Amino acid sequence: MSTPIIELKGVSKRFSKKLDFAGKILQRLGAPVRDETVHAVDGVDLTVNKGEVVGLVGESGCGKSTLGRMVAGIMPASDGTIRWHGKELAELTGSEGRRAKLQTQMIFQDPMSSLNPRIRVADIIGEAPLVHGLTKRSEYDGYVDEQMRRAGMDPTLKRRYPHQFSGGQRQRIGIARALAVQPEFIVCDESVAALDVSIQAQILNLFMDLRRDLNLTYLFISHDLGVVEHLSDRVVIMYLGRVVEEAPSEEIFARPNHPYTQALLSEVPRIDARKKSFAGVKGEIPSPLNPPPGCHFHPRCPFAFDRCKVERPMLKTVASGHRSACHLNDKVA
Amino acid sequence: MTALTAAAPTLEVRNLQTHFFTRAGVVKAVDDVSFSVGRGKVLGLVGESGSGKTVTGFSILGLVDEPGRIVGGSILFHGQDLAKQSEEQMRQLRGNRIAMIFQDPMMTLNPVLRIDTQMIETVQAHTKVSKEEARQRARDTLGMVGIPSPDERLKSYPHQFSGGMRQRVAIAIALLHRPELIVADEPTTALDVTIQAQILAEVQKLCAETGTAMIWITHDLSVVAGLADDIAVMYAGKVVEKGEVAPVLDMPLHPYTAGLIGSVPSRNKRGEPLKQIPGMTPNVMRLPPGCAFRTRCAYATEVCKQEVPFGEVAPGREVRCFHPLFPAKQGEAA
Ligand SMILES: Nc1ncnc2c1ncn2[C@@H]1O[C@H](COP(=O)(O)OP(=O)(O)OP(=O)(O)O)[C@@H](O)[C@H]1O
Ligand SMILES: Nc1ncnc2c1ncn2[C@@H]1O[C@H](COP(=O)(O)OP(=O)(O)OP(=O)(O)O)[C@@H](O)[C@H]1O
Ligand code: SF4
Ligand code: SF4
Ligand SMILES: [Mg+2]
Ligand SMILES: [Mg+2]
Repeated sequence: MSTPIIELKGVSKRFSKKLDFAGKILQRLGAPVRDETVHAVDGVDLTVNKGEVVGLVGESGCGKSTLGRMVAGIMPASDGTIRWHGKELAELTGSEGRRAKLQTQMIFQDPMSSLNPRIRVADIIGEAPLVHGLTKRSEYDGYVDEQMRRAGMDPTLKRRYPHQFSGGQRQRIGIARALAVQPEFIVCDESVAALDVSIQAQILNLFMDLRRDLNLTYLFISHDLGVVEHLSDRVVIMYLGRVVEEAPSEEIFARPNHPYTQALLSEVPRIDARKKSFAGVKGEIPSPLNPPPGCHFHPRCPFAFDRCKVERPMLKTVASGHRSACHLNDKVA
Repeated sequence: MTALTAAAPTLEVRNLQTHFFTRAGVVKAVDDVSFSVGRGKVLGLVGESGSGKTVTGFSILGLVDEPGRIVGGSILFHGQDLAKQSEEQMRQLRGNRIAMIFQDPMMTLNPVLRIDTQMIETVQAHTKVSKEEARQRARDTLGMVGIPSPDERLKSYPHQFSGGMRQRVAIAIALLHRPELIVADEPTTALDVTIQAQILAEVQKLCAETGTAMIWITHDLSVVAGLADDIAVMYAGKVVEKGEVAPVLDMPLHPYTAGLIGSVPSRNKRGEPLKQIPGMTPNVMRLPPGCAFRTRCAYATEVCKQEVPFGEVAPGREVRCFHPLFPAKQGEAA
């Protein structure tokens, strides 16, 4: 087997909020205040092979974007190693470091805050390819037009600024910008969430065409299970900073093993549902500021038993290529 | 007479037109939009990206900026035309009786202020309560939208939240005053199904308990299916189909609505190309005369080059199309 494009081992990310000056004094005086740490990502192993589409799914705030940023090399990990083509990403320097950065592109969740409001769309898309010699001054206009067209945008709008576009148009600017540098690996963070289904279909079909023609690789972060199922070869499920299940797409949708995955799959809204009563989340939503001990899912898990409250379940193989982190799998065995 | 007043909708938009006068030409972002929403009702406003949904919402809230202007139609809120109110009157209404949840949560949130500062200010701007009461209210509302540890989280800055959490804070701020009308612009797009269900549950409760009328802008037809009473479909600045949710989704009459429903991923086969509506979104600056969907429509004929009227083609079904897709015709095409 060839070296994976990206390989994460025991990767964690913590965000700490240090006490401010007043807080420190209060603490000295014996007040119960302390530094707060968010365990956004907690000991994650993840491998993505060339040409693969890996779907990353999980609740809002569980650490998907943080993991995606570390994979794309724009945020350092607090712990663990990230290897890009077998080499440690944090240690790449010079031209190799630049190549890694260029070859891995991220399409951001929040298009407005990732697009410079003072730069015209043409330059947002075309600047990097020009700097890196992917196009020439003389071919610049044609290159930009082509990138816009590909992302389903009318090139005649290229002299506009980001705020003059609709939400979905902005999302497509982000897509065009990422594709314009001809990367080999793309981290898509909720990249089609703001698009109506028809344009969504157009973009997803484009992603699939690029994969077929250029052997592109994707880490596809999405909360839309329909989209993930359609697109991914493999699906990784996260819960509160940890990977809880991982399996080939068909397998996970047919035979979800982890109770969280099962809960997730049962709640997919469907277009054939009519005016219905939505139910709130059962059980308290846990906080990454203060994650529950043992299995993070135990306060909401209908199958939780004593062991779940004290011992963290590790990912174990339950079928070929299918791993799950749940103590129930030991029980039956 | 009283019965009539009770039945009067909270909001009635009539033939709204909002255009942007840019140097490159006039962008007719909204060009003939009509709908109404009653007390405690939810209208799902759907349509193609760029079709004018957000600009419609901005027009209602009086937030359209230069070079944009409302150039036609009326926006009746309890019978009072919002298009004719002064800046100051609109400011009074906003955040108090009418609220908007923006597509981009950073339009609501100030990046340099802590969440608690922003929420407490919002509460105190419109109601006379102590700071402690305001904090309590902020905290409860955050809990309602599923933010765990609201006490600690209140002290954070927006960039310390995940994308979905920012979206939920923006929703919480809109809910703070229990307004009579909420325009929610793609509020749950980045949220997973569990949190989405939680928020939709709160929204339903709010509408039922306080009679809040809601315009829910989204491209997610499954949310509209589960939440809304009525649906209005927009294409290139115009409402092209309108009616109750069930009949519209079960039997769409406009070819664009039918195409939209046909592209939903769960209806397609895994790994196969998704169905997409052929052709590209039209540039609203260069619309062909007649039906704007003409160049992409499988049912187009000569007559479609003429201005298409919007009207009732069956009881309760309003469509802007010369050849609505009654079932007999859908069978023919298949
Ligand atoms: N400030 C502006 N100047 C010029 N054109 C604008 C401006 N704001 C919006 N538009 C244009 O008006 C049209 C409608 O935009 P709007 O934001 O209402 O679309 P939308 O239906 O909300 O789409 P989306 O689903 O992508 O958010 C678009 O073609 C957009 O490019
Ligand atoms: N810069 C930061 N400082 C402090 N905390 C942060 C920062 N960025 C993220 N977090 C926290 O890390 C956790 C994970 O955030 P992340 O953005 O990765 O979530 P996500 O899975 O992408 O969620 P969503 O689906 O809502 O986008 C959250 O609790 C968030 O508050
Ligand atoms: S380990 Fe225990 S609490 Fe966690 S998912 Fe399995 S059964 Fe539920
Ligand atoms: S009016 Fe004609 S072109 Fe337009 S949607 Fe109807 S059939 Fe198609
Ligand atoms: Mg995210
Ligand atoms: Mg919009």
